[in-house]
Amino acid sequence: MKRLLVALPLLIVIVIGGFLLWGLNPERDPNAIPSVLISQPAPEFDLPPLEGIGVPGLARSDLTETGEPVVVNVFASWCVPCRAEHAELTRMVRDDGVRLMGINYKDKPKDALRWLNNLGNPYERIGTDLDGRAGIEWGISGVPETFIVDGSGTVLYRYVGPVVGDEAVEKLSTALAQVRANAGAGS
Amino acid sequence: MTPEIGVFALALALGLALVQSILPMIGAARNNALWMGSAKATAIGQTVFIGLSFAALMRSFVVSDFTVRNVAENSHSLKPMLFKIAGTWGSHEGSLLLWVLILAAFGGGVAVFGRNIPDALKARTLAAQAWISVGFLSFLLLTSNPFERLYPPPIDGNDLNPLLQDVGLAMHPPLLYVGYVGFSIVFSFAVAALIEGRVDAAWARWVRPWTLAAWISLTAGIALGSWWAYYELGWGGWWFWDPVENVSFMPWLLGTALLHSAIVTEKRGAFKSWTILLAILTFSLSLLGTFIVRSGLLTSVHAFAVDPERGVYILALLGLSIGGSLTLYAWRAPEMESGGVFAPVSREAGLLINNLLLGVATATVLFGTLYPLFLEAITGDKISVGPPFFNASFVPIMLPLVFVMGFGPFLSWKRADLRGVLQRLWGLLLLSFAAAAIVWYLTTGGPLLAVLSLAMAFWLFLATLREWAGRIRLLEAPFAESVRRANGLPRASYGMTVAHLGLAIAMFGFIGSSAWKSEQVVFVSPGNEIGIAGFDVRFDGVERRQGPNYLADVGTLVVTRDGKPVTTLFPERRFYPVAESNTTESAIRSTLAGDLYASLAEPAADDAKPGAWTLRILYEPLVNFIWLGSAMLVLGGGLSLSDRRLRIGAPRRSTAAPANATPAE
Repeated sequence: MKRLLVALPLLIVIVIGGFLLWGLNPERDPNAIPSVLISQPAPEFDLPPLEGIGVPGLARSDLTETGEPVVVNVFASWCVPCRAEHAELTRMVRDDGVRLMGINYKDKPKDALRWLNNLGNPYERIGTDLDGRAGIEWGISGVPETFIVDGSGTVLYRYVGPVVGDEAVEKLSTALAQVRANAGAGS
Repeated sequence: MTPEIGVFALALALGLALVQSILPMIGAARNNALWMGSAKATAIGQTVFIGLSFAALMRSFVVSDFTVRNVAENSHSLKPMLFKIAGTWGSHEGSLLLWVLILAAFGGGVAVFGRNIPDALKARTLAAQAWISVGFLSFLLLTSNPFERLYPPPIDGNDLNPLLQDVGLAMHPPLLYVGYVGFSIVFSFAVAALIEGRVDAAWARWVRPWTLAAWISLTAGIALGSWWAYYELGWGGWWFWDPVENVSFMPWLLGTALLHSAIVTEKRGAFKSWTILLAILTFSLSLLGTFIVRSGLLTSVHAFAVDPERGVYILALLGLSIGGSLTLYAWRAPEMESGGVFAPVSREAGLLINNLLLGVATATVLFGTLYPLFLEAITGDKISVGPPFFNASFVPIMLPLVFVMGFGPFLSWKRADLRGVLQRLWGLLLLSFAAAAIVWYLTTGGPLLAVLSLAMAFWLFLATLREWAGRIRLLEAPFAESVRRANGLPRASYGMTVAHLGLAIAMFGFIGSSAWKSEQVVFVSPGNEIGIAGFDVRFDGVERRQGPNYLADVGTLVVTRDGKPVTTLFPERRFYPVAESNTTESAIRSTLAGDLYASLAEPAADDAKPGAWTLRILYEPLVNFIWLGSAMLVLGGGLSLSDRRLRIGAPRRSTAAPANATPAE
């Protein structure tokens, strides 16, 4: 019994050592936060339109309407980085033919309307998520966040934070090009 | 030329370490005095050569020799001299060089000051110390050469991270390392004792000063690091349960347990195999810390440049030293007889509870720190374990510890009179709870755990004072008699009193600044007023100034209380053009009652609110008690270290503990 007891520290250390060795895998990045949604079907939601903006609301079924990939952007008028990324998203819609859907997250409709009227509306559809319920379904950690959903309604990519600066735009464009290429190859 | 001397000196030190790791061990086995004696020369030689190498690196930093990659990456010609020097240990390579320097210095220290240690034990200890040296010197030379040249050399350096340009921080790694690495010699003593198969009271007495020295530095290092986080980082907190903080805290907890269990081994000849195990584990946790900080295994705010190759090398070193020593332990420990029978109520039992609780606390912190890794390995989920876990699990373990700490010094060895002790102390216990209740009433409530902790802090403070008063028979005997007794008490006894009082005082700080802290984060424009903790703070705007190597935005805050002026605070936001980074210089009005703490974050976007800034204001009650208490812990350790018994106490191995000495084999 005593022999077993004095060997116990060694056994514990061996187990911990095994975990540490596993943790050294160079592929592993402890700082990366994966989205639980990646490669999963987009969540169910049905959001009413933003009154007065002139585009319809957004529901789960709208994402797969045409079978083309769409970009879903979560934004709010109170979010300063959203203002920064707005110009970039507008450019992508205009120049790259991106189909952009908006989720207006926990925003006063009046403020959102004024914000979009000032800056212009790049969104094809906007769902107003007053109580943040859809935001929870999408598992967002903050605003803004941007997702790419393919024609079958599967979430393939998530970008946390504003799409501003060459690196961020590059990442999003590359991911979108890949999704489009795969869709082309599949059909 | 200097860098080449540095590399050469390191290689020579490695050669000496190789000799030292073999020759004395064989000498001790064959009882060859000459071979055993060689350890002294090699241990001193190693210290000198590594010291030379360290001096060479420091010179490269001082003269800004940018042909050395390490200097080019971590220094800048415009940096103040103090921080050029501190840059020597600011990088992975440099800090590792400091690490091995301290390792060698502790070996050299035993070689020089350990005159009364028996030759065989000293030879084996120094050989074990050299094994660690060989491992880390080869690691340094093979994977992390601090003297690597750079061609073509850049025109100027890359600056040290401006966040790190702070005196507290410059001093914090060396102290932390002396503590961390200092436990290596205790580890080596334990390994030597296991090889000899002999642990007795004299062994514990030789080990104790080294444990104390390491513990003192580790305490000071952790306190300084925490002080830096509080004053420099501007996060408004002094402890974040970040993995890198935890890995320095775990050796401290276990080292504290070791200090106390070594007392039992010294005085009563009991807890032998437990003390040995603690000695091994304390240094193992230091090694684990070194590994975690340098391998990028866990997410943390502190990190060195990460390189998987290095991680594998350190893990292999860890496996060899920890695995090897614990195998030796599993093999040899059962042969060690435990001496010194004691009753369930006795000082031994009290210290056993202390050790068990500290052990459980260490295990809790270890589990919380590594849990994200375990979970990711098993399920693939990524999580982080934050302060809520540690506060909920660690504090409830500490409270019973503090409770027992109040009683401990009153208990006598072997068998204590519980009834007598309770009779003397129940009044103090009641008083502590009453005091906590009064505070709770005056501050209109607080979390229950905080109130309970407060009662325990009062209790520890009062009971420790009562113990001292009892020893000198204060108020029981004539005053002159008490003074005479107070002068006659050994320094170790004062060390205990001061350190325990220090912990009580630090606890007031921990509790006050976490449970009764108030915080406001607001957008302010010039002229705005904010009220916090009874103060009125008026924001008068921000002005741009030029510093020696940075640009500063300085805010002006006029603080009044009940209409009377209190002070003016100038929080700064600095921009370092060379490093292209910002730092926050918080402004603090510091009093014993608490700190009013202001820091300036980003300005608001121009089109949104022109001239508006984000201002963070905190009031942290009693926070300075933490630093005061930590200083008392260090002072208490120092008093104990300077005790006559340890300084000249020629250990009479034959008379000190003849009954308890275990025969070899």
